[in-house]
Amino acid sequence: MSKDMSFAAVMARKNEILMGSLGIDFSKFETGKLAFDYEGVMASTGYPYEEVRRIQLSQGVGQTPMLELPNITALARKCAKPGFGARIFIKDEAANPSGSFKDRRAATAVYAAKKLGFKGVAAATSGNYGAAVASQAAKLGLQSIIVQECFDSRKMGQPEILEKTRKCEAFGAEVIQMTVGPELFYKFLSILEETGYFSASLYSPFGIAGVETLGAEIAQQIRQLCGKDPDVVMTTHAGGGNVTGTARGLLRENCNAQIVAASVNLKGLHMASDGHFNRKSFTTGHTGFGIPFASWPDRSDMPRSAARPLRYIDRYVLVNQGEVFYMTELLANLEGLERGPAGNTSLVAAFALAQEMPEDNIIVVQETEYTGAGKHIQPQLSFARQNGIDIRFGDPTEEICGENIILPEHPGLIAARDVDMGYLRKSLVRNALAQLPAGEDVTDVDIDFLVAETKSSADFVKTAIADLRNNAG
Amino acid sequence: MIKKGTWVSVRSTILKAGERAANIPADTAAVPLDMWVKGYLEADCAMGGQATVRTATGRLEAGILEEVEPSTTVDYGNFVPEVLKIGRDARKILFGGGCCE
Repeated sequence: MSKDMSFAAVMARKNEILMGSLGIDFSKFETGKLAFDYEGVMASTGYPYEEVRRIQLSQGVGQTPMLELPNITALARKCAKPGFGARIFIKDEAANPSGSFKDRRAATAVYAAKKLGFKGVAAATSGNYGAAVASQAAKLGLQSIIVQECFDSRKMGQPEILEKTRKCEAFGAEVIQMTVGPELFYKFLSILEETGYFSASLYSPFGIAGVETLGAEIAQQIRQLCGKDPDVVMTTHAGGGNVTGTARGLLRENCNAQIVAASVNLKGLHMASDGHFNRKSFTTGHTGFGIPFASWPDRSDMPRSAARPLRYIDRYVLVNQGEVFYMTELLANLEGLERGPAGNTSLVAAFALAQEMPEDNIIVVQETEYTGAGKHIQPQLSFARQNGIDIRFGDPTEEICGENIILPEHPGLIAARDVDMGYLRKSLVRNALAQLPAGEDVTDVDIDFLVAETKSSADFVKTAIADLRNNAG
Repeated sequence: MIKKGTWVSVRSTILKAGERAANIPADTAAVPLDMWVKGYLEADCAMGGQATVRTATGRLEAGILEEVEPSTTVDYGNFVPEVLKIGRDARKILFGGGCCE
């Protein structure tokens, strides 16, 4: 008898499909009404850190260069008060096989799929991760299918995403291109069920464990180059895996650098809107993912996401689209490094934060990404202009997402704008409480869990719960 | 008529406008969820006809034959004068006047 492949029927089989395609039973890690054993999930892959590192090295992933940016640092110092302007370093993750840190995320997952006997891997992503999965699958002789949100209803696609289609196909992947909408997940689940492929989710413990090597390398390389630890590590934040894995790797090396996350501000643009789809110039690393995934990580394609950013973030800042494009051009013109715009989100924030820090401090930007036709400041701004976006020099605070892109008139106008961490932490508590089964209440285990989830205190969590209940009542 | 075995792109509708998920923006709910897949034509087919293709992974997908030997169209776009100015201005600030004259 053939299975019911309707939207409702496939979505109802979600957990069953995902469990079969990943080999992890998440239910055994539940410890409270809300709580689960996060470290248990992270260990469930069966690949300890040293093994992850060995797999990555055998696949050509990692050990990327750490580069100092003396000219961008000098420019930041020209904008800062005397004695301020930390040294800015960048981890050149574009040197990975498919051109981004996402190779780290894909390597263990694809390796595990091969070991478990899967014939192929599948992932739903319009970003660099698709290329990473396809690249790793190519190396291990596995098939790969990448499902991309690619076009609006006019079949117009952003050049950056179309370049990603090309790159995945270059690695031999089958790319399924779709119009805008979260129901892409329905097609993805159908594909998993049809093919029996491994689900190489961005949010699986395989993926996040793979990013830990990035954090560890940062600590090791800065110690070697500078004889001390970095003061701040700046990570671009979207779904939370980058910041989570990097922070875990730093902690593994006993490095207590401040963890600052940065996203591009896309306020006012709805991620599932057909009309807004091509009015934004960034397809990831933006607030459309960054804020919802920080305040509720379990909205991903995993029953429990291994990416849990609020456990690690000390500070979260936003930058504007125009500032990121501007900084991309500075990186090329002042440092001779032509890299993709999206990866430079955290460099913008680092340029601003460096000015708050003394000259002997060290700030590390933890990624770059590849660039090329489509995925480059020139075609992305050209596309924006064709779509009616006003592009001009001015004060970045005048940027209105979907209407204009403001390139800073002067580098001194670049700023990193803080997101209220207390608000995000309280949102996470509220979203967690909404998961409580009817008639149940939080236990001590759940309070401890929420403290860890929000990197806060029992007082903060208890006060937040009381506030939320008073307001609800 | 496009010959069997040609590499093509086919389009199909996964969800019609009225079948979209709840809680999505109205503009998205008003249009179908469409999909494009590439593969080798399983049989001769006219443009715009109903075709079946065998994809890169060997799966079969059906849809409307929309493109033959689809090209990658990404490029570097039209000239954007602002891009040129960014680097020149920054060099002046950093290295002083005259460096870009």
